[in-house]
Formats: sequence, C-alpha cells, structure tokens
Amino acid sequence: MPSPAGPPAPAAGREGAPTLSTSTGASQAEVGRLKELARELRRDIVTMVFEAGSGHIGGSFSATEVIVSLYFGGVLRYDARKPKWPDRDRFVLSKGHATPILYSTLAHAGYFPHDDLKSFRRIDSHLQGHGHMRYTPGVEMTTGSLGQGFGAAIGMAAGLRLDGRPSHVYVMLGDGEADEGAIWEGAMAAAHYKLSNLTAVLDRNGIQMDGETEEVMAHGDLAAKWRAFGWHVIEVDGHRYAEIVPALTHREKERPVMVIAKTVKGKGVSFMEGNPSFHGKPPTKEQYDQALKEIEAGDIGG
Amino acid sequence: MSYSVAVTPRSGWKMKRCREAFGDELVRLGREMPNLVALNADVSSSSGTRKFEAEFPNRFWNTGVAEDNLMAMSAGLAATGKVVVASTFSVFATAQPYNTIRQSIAYPALNVKIFASHAGVTVGGDGATHQMLEDVSLMRGLPNMRVIVPADDLETRLAVRTAVKQDGPFYLRVGRSEVPTLMPEDYEFRLGEAVELQGGSDVTICANGQMVVPALEAADLLRHEGVEARVLNVHTVKPIDREAVERAAADTGGIVTAEEHSVYGGLGSAVAEVVCETTPVKVARVGTQDVFGRSGEIPDLLEFYGLTQKEILAASLQAARPDVQARIRKSSTLMAVIEKARPLRPVPEQYAA
Repeated sequence: MPSPAGPPAPAAGREGAPTLSTSTGASQAEVGRLKELARELRRDIVTMVFEAGSGHIGGSFSATEVIVSLYFGGVLRYDARKPKWPDRDRFVLSKGHATPILYSTLAHAGYFPHDDLKSFRRIDSHLQGHGHMRYTPGVEMTTGSLGQGFGAAIGMAAGLRLDGRPSHVYVMLGDGEADEGAIWEGAMAAAHYKLSNLTAVLDRNGIQMDGETEEVMAHGDLAAKWRAFGWHVIEVDGHRYAEIVPALTHREKERPVMVIAKTVKGKGVSFMEGNPSFHGKPPTKEQYDQALKEIEAGDIGG
Repeated sequence: MSYSVAVTPRSGWKMKRCREAFGDELVRLGREMPNLVALNADVSSSSGTRKFEAEFPNRFWNTGVAEDNLMAMSAGLAATGKVVVASTFSVFATAQPYNTIRQSIAYPALNVKIFASHAGVTVGGDGATHQMLEDVSLMRGLPNMRVIVPADDLETRLAVRTAVKQDGPFYLRVGRSEVPTLMPEDYEFRLGEAVELQGGSDVTICANGQMVVPALEAADLLRHEGVEARVLNVHTVKPIDREAVERAAADTGGIVTAEEHSVYGGLGSAVAEVVCETTPVKVARVGTQDVFGRSGEIPDLLEFYGLTQKEILAASLQAARPDVQARIRKSSTLMAVIEKARPLRPVPEQYAA
C-alpha cells in the first residue's frame, strides 16, 4: 500500500473534529465532545452485548475513556479510509475480550459501517468475539488469548523503528492479563530494545474474571514493578481526559512508556461498576434498559 | 505429484549439520531480501542464526529465554511487513509457545517461518526434556501451518529458501547431529511433493528427516533378497502429497512410514489418513512408540527407540501384501534382521508407576 501523497495524514478522528491540544490540556468544549462520544460508545457496547447474548462489557467500559482519547482525542495517527497506511500509528488491544469498545470505536472512526455492530458474534459477521486482523479493518492484531498482543506490539514497534517510520505503537493490557508470564517477558524485552516508539496502557480496573485482582493474584505495586523493568511509568485517572491525553502523548528518549490507568470495571452503570459478574455476562432486558438510562445521564471524563 | 531423484552414491556422502546449512542459507537470503529479519531465544549459536546476527545486527532480535515473546514479537514484526524467521530448539519452538503460535501466527496466517533444530532423540545426552517427538503433530494440527522435515543439509537449504520466499507460516524441523548429504547437487525441492529416491512395486517406504537413510538401507537389503521397495522422501508432512501416497498404495499394496517422531500425529498419521480415506492398504509405522526419550549416545538411542533399518524391515513384513510377505519370510537373511527389531507398538509398561 503506497503512502498517501503530500504531508502526513492528520489524526483523523471524525471529519473536521478539533483535536485535543496536549500542551494546554483539554478545553471544555473538546472534553464535552469526547464525553458525548463515550456515551455513544457505551450505548453501542451494552447494546452489542445485549443483542449478542454474550460479550465483555465491564472491561470495555473501564477502557472507554483511554480508547476515546486515542482515537478521537488527537493521539493516534490514522486514516480510516486507508487502514493499511504504512506510517499509521498502531493500537493493539492485548486484552482482546474488550472487542465491544474496540469495534464501536472503529465503527465511529469510519473503518466499517456502524450497522455492522449489530452482527457482533454472529455466524455471518466479521466481528468475532475476539478481534481478528484479517477480518476487520482497523484491528491491527489478532488477540484474545491474553499475554500475546503485548509481545506482538513489541514486534511491531521493533519493525517500524527498523524501517524508520514515524509510527508509534500503543498497546492496552488488562490487569488480570498481567498475571501472564509473557507480559513480563515482553516488559524486559521492550526496555532492553529501548523501544521509545511503544506506549502500553494498563487498564487497572482491579477486577478479573474470578474476582478482585488482589484476591486472585495480587499485583502489589505495579508502578514499581514496571519501573524496575526499565519503563517510564505514568499513573493516571483512566476516566479523566485531562490526565489521559498528556500521558499518551508523552515520549521518552530511549525507553517505552507505561501508562497505568486507574479505572473502574463497568464504569458508567452503577450495578456493573466493580462487579466481576459483568466481566463476560450479558445484561437482562431490565438491566439493559436501566444501563441505557444511566449512560444517558452519566457525565464521565472531566 | 511425486518425482524421481537419484540419491548421491554413498561414497560421495559427507556428514553435515542441517542447522548449519540453515544458518548459511539464512545469511544468503538476508543479503537478497532487506525485509528478512530473524529472532532467536538464547540458542542463536546452536540453532543456526549466529551468522545472520553477525552480518545483520539491526535485523536480529534475541529475546532471551522467552519463547512466548519470541513468537509474539515474530508475529508483530510480520504484521509490519517483515519476512520473519524465528529459531530455537524444537521443544521450545513448539511446545512452550504453542498457543502463541496458534493465535498470533497461524490464525492470522502471518509471515513467520519457525525453524527448529534439535528435534528427535538424536539430541543425545540432554535426554527427554530436550528430545522433541511431538512437534510435527502439534504443528500439523494448526490450520495455515505447513510442515517440512528435511533429510539433509541440501534439502534444509532449499526448504528454508522455499519457506522464506512463500507467504505464510511454516514449521521446519531438523536434528542436532550430522547427517549424510544424500540428495544430489542438482536436487530441486518442491513443496508438498514427495521425492522418489528408489523405484519399486513390492512395498513403499515413506520416510523423512534422519529416517531416510535407514529407509534406503532397508530397501537395499530387500532388493538383495528380491523385494523391490519404493522409497519416498516425504519431506513435506503438511500438505501431504496425497497423490504420491495414493499411488504408492495402489501400486505396491502396502506402506511403511519412518520418522524420528512419535507414531502419533506425524508422517505416519498423515500417510495413514490418506490411505484410509481413499486407498485402503496396510500401513505400518516406524517411530517412537508413545514414549519419551532418554539420555544416551545416538546409535544406542536409535536402537533403543527402534529407529533403524531393522524396524523398517519388520514394518515391511507387516505391511506388505501377502505375496511379498511370503518372499520376505523365505529370506533367512531378512528374517534374521527382523527378529532383532523392537516391537512396532506402544509399550504399555511405560505407563506403570
């Protein structure tokens, strides 16, 4: 795929949308726009999972503000009309079960028709339960089995740097995912290779499938762990744009950046928040209706 | 579509290491292809990537002893348009990172070539932990994965070149030790096509890797006693050369398989599947009989695990059609050898506590 002629393509976001100025922080109007987008995405997410009868809401909601920041906050350089543009930035969803937030984001960004979301997890759909790079435009890596997308992102960063491309690689991990040994293999490797074109986000919602992460497998001081592995660590409130966006655009000279995003699993719907049973369970009709109301009334991001 | 190749006369055989042939060819390919990159997991000097690493330091990554990351990084590099060769010992190249290969390489059909050395019992003294006997089975079960087991250094070189030049995932496995250079200088490697090394219509021996030489030896003994065995070098286990196997079944009426691998899931299984489906004849499989390896000298290990011409002859007697069986039985020379063969079946006492 040839590079587009002329100057580098802008961060696309939506056509004509203003981008967040990262040096001055988010303006109120910009934050308002992102909040409204996040509301739309949460509606899509809960609807997709309700219609499909399965899917992962909790980990999609916890990741929403980070992913909205990436795609619509002027962070990620991409062009939805040219999904294979070689100089694009990459986003790898290593916590591959959070496809509802990824797919709804890609649909809003223009990678495929919004109507496709209705087909999520159906036999005739390109929208697999866990994302596949060969099926869905904008999905950069096939993920689902935890611990692997991270290593793939490291390989991407190494390959793009070798080619001298300006591309930056973002990868999102779950905190339950950080139980995987492969995460720590990659943590060593990315620092060892001095991959300054790599930013990882750890969606620190504190809940994994069997319960609280500190009960199932305690992580202790994650920031200290990543620092000890040679990463530059930034801790943010993972639901506040003014903290997320500057962290995502922070660059180090010779090391990768780890953004530990403190988040709430199921964020935005009261009975889903902090509730492990909404890791992979669909809502009932009553819960679905209630969720839509709460999302509508919600005000997350400021 | 199989084709015939005349094996280099025995007097011309030299002992070479396939993993070194791989390393040399990788450097040549690296010079031809700027987008070729290689990775290893701390066995670069042993499995063959050291020369590439020395000539192309920017295009080589050592992941340390971290095989999941080896395969995941390989997938990511392939996703940026690189042709990726990932190499380590076969047990660490398959069993350890199996799910990473499955999800991140095979499922998205990424352009990663897994080159595994130190396959089979001929690893020697390191013992069972390092003697991989199930790798072909593991890799053959993966959709999109093609599996090659070269017989000598020349075939290794050509197979590596073929895999690198063709899009998509490949698994290649070779042993640690030296093997004779049996394929001729002008040998043309064709993916998915068995090579007929010796013609014959009495029985067929399908072999690959280190078992091609004992297959030829067994065929020589048979011929001396009036039994013409067809010997096929089935280097590509997946996709298996269905036509060559079906033709062998139809022409000879009995098939022997021989591989330095478990009889479960490898060449023997691949051949038996084809035969059962379309051309039922007897198949007898030579390989390790559902057991782990052990430490030892190579000749002792090959004897212990029944990976010699003796077992190939015993299997020939078992699989051949009745008239050929009768001819084998009439030969006191052949029967004397066959009597010394290890049993061609799983050894139940292995399960005892």
